[in-house]
Amino acid sequence: MTGQPLLEADGLHKAFGPTKALDGASIAIRAGEIVAIMGPSGSGKSTLLHCLAGIVRPDSGHVRYQGAEISALSDGERSALRRTQFGFVFQFGQLVPELTCLENIALPLRMEGVRRREAEARAAEWLDRLDLADVGRKRPGEVSGGQGQRVAVARALVTRPRAVFADEPTGALDSLNGERVMRLLTEAARETGAAVVLVTHEARVAGYSDREIVVRDGRTRDIAREMEGAL
Amino acid sequence: MSIGQTFLGLLESGPRHGYDLKKTYDDRFGHARPLHYGQVYATLSRLLKDGLVELDGVEPGEGPERKRYAVTSAGVSDVELWLASAEKPEPYLQNTLYTKVILALLTGRSAADLLDVQRAEHLRLMRELTRRKAGGDLADNLVCDHALFHLDADLRWLELTAARLDDLRRQVRA
Repeated sequence: MTGQPLLEADGLHKAFGPTKALDGASIAIRAGEIVAIMGPSGSGKSTLLHCLAGIVRPDSGHVRYQGAEISALSDGERSALRRTQFGFVFQFGQLVPELTCLENIALPLRMEGVRRREAEARAAEWLDRLDLADVGRKRPGEVSGGQGQRVAVARALVTRPRAVFADEPTGALDSLNGERVMRLLTEAARETGAAVVLVTHEARVAGYSDREIVVRDGRTRDIAREMEGAL
Repeated sequence: MSIGQTFLGLLESGPRHGYDLKKTYDDRFGHARPLHYGQVYATLSRLLKDGLVELDGVEPGEGPERKRYAVTSAGVSDVELWLASAEKPEPYLQNTLYTKVILALLTGRSAADLLDVQRAEHLRLMRELTRRKAGGDLADNLVCDHALFHLDADLRWLELTAARLDDLRRQVRA
């Protein structure tokens, strides 16, 4: 790998009580790269994503964002990092039910202090881009699962983050809607230059990535790179 | 399906006669389609010519002479390379992969590694098809989807097999 990775985890260990979730996991993600983290249920892939995103602190090991140690930051600093540099898409959109879809998309901008009118104007651009023009004034409970996930994608990208973390983003969708969400997410990420860290157990979803990392029993393997190295 | 490499793997546990090889192959991998004797002896004579097996002894019998074959170090390297390399992904390749998994377990090699290598190869093709879909029309998309769903089914089999390896190892080596 050439140059400094955007995001890097090295020798991560994390246990929840007696259960080891990560047992020496390592990964490096370059700017603009789409990387799938795959593995069976309980293998530690979501914990790895949470450590990379600064949501969970590892028991030991290093997580670096642009070369700076994330685990050395205070809770407030990590929260600011997540707000300004990262975007998130979860399996169930986790949209705020009381807000309209447009307000949900604008929310990360409002939290950064952007004025309402400007935030909503920028959010509206994403509505058009993700074929959501009709749902802007609706609340999350009034839209379909696929539309809700596209709203979540728009919300993740509206701040133009350097990295988007997507945890089973199509897990609750049918094939057609899942494909639409993945296509829009990866196209938008490529256009804005955001890296995507994609946790999935679905191979068809991983097909949208540039490469995959396999997590098993809390340890990571980059098979494709090992195969290249063996040639 | 490579009969030659499967024979080499079976010979790793010790020299055998052609008949024994056929019987073990049929029992483990034949799936109701046993090998013809012609296939067995043609394969063995090719392996002999290529230096992958050698004659370990010839015993006179009531019928034709019974030749015992042993795998050579070149033969061991050959089966090792075969197990380590990914199969070209295509529908219904499970039979070959099944054989590789069982042979790896029988010979004490890492079946998890070969499943990982195969997953990477499948995903490489799935990425290619996913990219092709992005630039194609709806008809092209349908063709790619058909292939993608079949590859996806293979991958589910790979994951399930990976999850069952410990039990499988115990059964195979019992």
